[in-house]
Amino acid sequence: MSQDTLFDKVWDLHKVSSLPGGSDQIFIGLHLIHEVTSPQAFGALKDKNLKVKFPDRTVATVDHIVPTDNQSRPFKDNLAEQMIETLENNCLEHKIRFFNIGSGNQGIVHVVAPELGLTQPGMTIACGDSHTSTHGAFGSIAFGIGTSQVRDVLATQTIAMNKLKVRQIWCENQLSNGVYAKDLVLHIINKLGVKAGVGFAYEFAGPAINALSMEERMTICNMSIEGGARCGYINPDEKTFRYIKNKLYAPKNVHWEKALTWWKSLKSDEDSIYDDVIKIDASKIEPTVTWGITPGQSIGINQQIPLLDELSPNDKLVAEEAYEYMSFNPGQSIKDIPVEVCFIGSCTNGRISDLRIAAKVLKDKKVSKNVKAFVVPGSEKVANEAKQEGLDQIFKDSGFQWREPGCSMCLAMNSDKLIGNQVSASSSNRNFKGRQGSPSGRTLLMSPAMVAAAAINGKVSDVREFIS
Amino acid sequence: MKAEFTPPIGKISQITGKCISLIGNDIDTDRIIPARFLKCVNFDSLGKSVFEDDRKTLKGSHTFDLKENQNSSILIVNSNFGCGSSREHAPQALIRWGIRAIIGESFAEIFYSNCIAIGIPCFTLPKKLIQNIQKYNISKSLFLEIDLKNSSAKSKDLNFNLEIKESTKKMFLSGEWDATATLLENSSLVERKFKELPYIKFSDEI
Repeated sequence: MSQDTLFDKVWDLHKVSSLPGGSDQIFIGLHLIHEVTSPQAFGALKDKNLKVKFPDRTVATVDHIVPTDNQSRPFKDNLAEQMIETLENNCLEHKIRFFNIGSGNQGIVHVVAPELGLTQPGMTIACGDSHTSTHGAFGSIAFGIGTSQVRDVLATQTIAMNKLKVRQIWCENQLSNGVYAKDLVLHIINKLGVKAGVGFAYEFAGPAINALSMEERMTICNMSIEGGARCGYINPDEKTFRYIKNKLYAPKNVHWEKALTWWKSLKSDEDSIYDDVIKIDASKIEPTVTWGITPGQSIGINQQIPLLDELSPNDKLVAEEAYEYMSFNPGQSIKDIPVEVCFIGSCTNGRISDLRIAAKVLKDKKVSKNVKAFVVPGSEKVANEAKQEGLDQIFKDSGFQWREPGCSMCLAMNSDKLIGNQVSASSSNRNFKGRQGSPSGRTLLMSPAMVAAAAINGKVSDVREFIS
Repeated sequence: MKAEFTPPIGKISQITGKCISLIGNDIDTDRIIPARFLKCVNFDSLGKSVFEDDRKTLKGSHTFDLKENQNSSILIVNSNFGCGSSREHAPQALIRWGIRAIIGESFAEIFYSNCIAIGIPCFTLPKKLIQNIQKYNISKSLFLEIDLKNSSAKSKDLNFNLEIKESTKKMFLSGEWDATATLLENSSLVERKFKELPYIKFSDEI
């Protein structure tokens, strides 16, 4: 059993009681809600005649269903309009802060909370969305919950949960040029498998992690869940504190000094005990691309889609399903596979630094005429910042469509969808069958820089050929 | 699919019903219920859309479409079932289709806790045993009686033990799987915790 890790410290701090069944009652410091997984929870509160216990500790935005072309109200999609209206009404009724479209602070919930300074070290953070693990980048313990648990957090500010084990993933050396956080996390998931993290929190550590920016760290923690880990985190450091300072909801003045003192005390002890430790050599990682139907099915850009014989017995069943669904052949190179749609965005890679990197690759280049390419900023703040830097113009000049913020084609709940068996190069997080809106659509996950390179060439390409 | 849906309430100690086998590892919640069906403000109509895209692709030969599997209530699955999104819509769609218990090699974590939260016990068994049960079930009808207290299952021909976390088992037997009431009981402890947490004091505005 782990001891003295950041996870243990934050868990113990938030433990309210041991429940009769053997799980713990955990206080949730920050509860984030959106339009998709909250309406039924509010409905259940009403049914049980309960109130929201601490309305100040819940913050809402709208992201999954928002259109990214025309956001004027009412939305063209009646169901989407009904969902945003329901959220508006619930927030109004229960006095919950809501960052609506046009507020300047709307966006993907996991982009918005950090950029507003709501996400802070040492907190427990829950949201009805599996990518809540993103917030672990700040040294918080953050995890996705289902709608019944959203109801419980609204009603009690706590949930019942079994304590997780802790696996440290130590990333040695440094990523090489043209290799990004996305490549690192795809590589980790490939090495450990998509279910290795079940029952664990992942602590990402080591020189390669320390060198990452806060936004890159969010990319890493975001995809913990794709490796099965409900929670992923990184011990906070000076970069973390610098990122938070002066954000809208960051502690101010005397509170800042107090917060800083406390945050600095929050990290895994040097002699802390982990349930498991894994080492990864970051310097050996190439730009990485998925070829199959799970985020674990990835290879380096210069590798071939694995042969059945090269896979472990446990991976064979899904590999066979993937060959068939993707219509790719074992042994085929991933490089040069034609792509028809290129998507840059999502809670994994829709932040300003992602847009900067992609824009750098795209500057003075044109998107292949066979490709539909679009970029969806992660939030209104990201969009505004990008416009101030002229990034929107670089994207538009290259042939990318510039859209309004939202989740968009990461999960295709709005009108941004693949058609038929189109192949998409996507900076998002899931390549599941049908994930991007077409039941036969095919998704290749990669870094935003690699998506930009694929857009220019109209096929999977090595971004290192575009950058000096 | 059952016409009328009655959610489970209170203590759950026994589940009896016909088994339905679904073969495949890493079956994610996007496949259980595609994202377009998440555009709803209640779960009521999800049952009919369970595995919609997989079923359309298989044009009637999906296990959920086979005539002999209609009115089944115990789902037999393989490894890492329910991975991906945290959408409770996935188990909500399954329970509305008629599923009341799931037996599998392993489950994704958020899916598993969502199942507990809505009263679907999930049991595990070793890979080989699951495969044998699925093989048996695909050739003939399997009607199981699951006894949660003894973690066992029996049918006309089979008799085997099931694995379930002791804590989870207790929750079903006592009815505490529906957590809200239990959590509400500790209201004063929650208030105290709120006042103790350092960061609550750091922020004037939130």
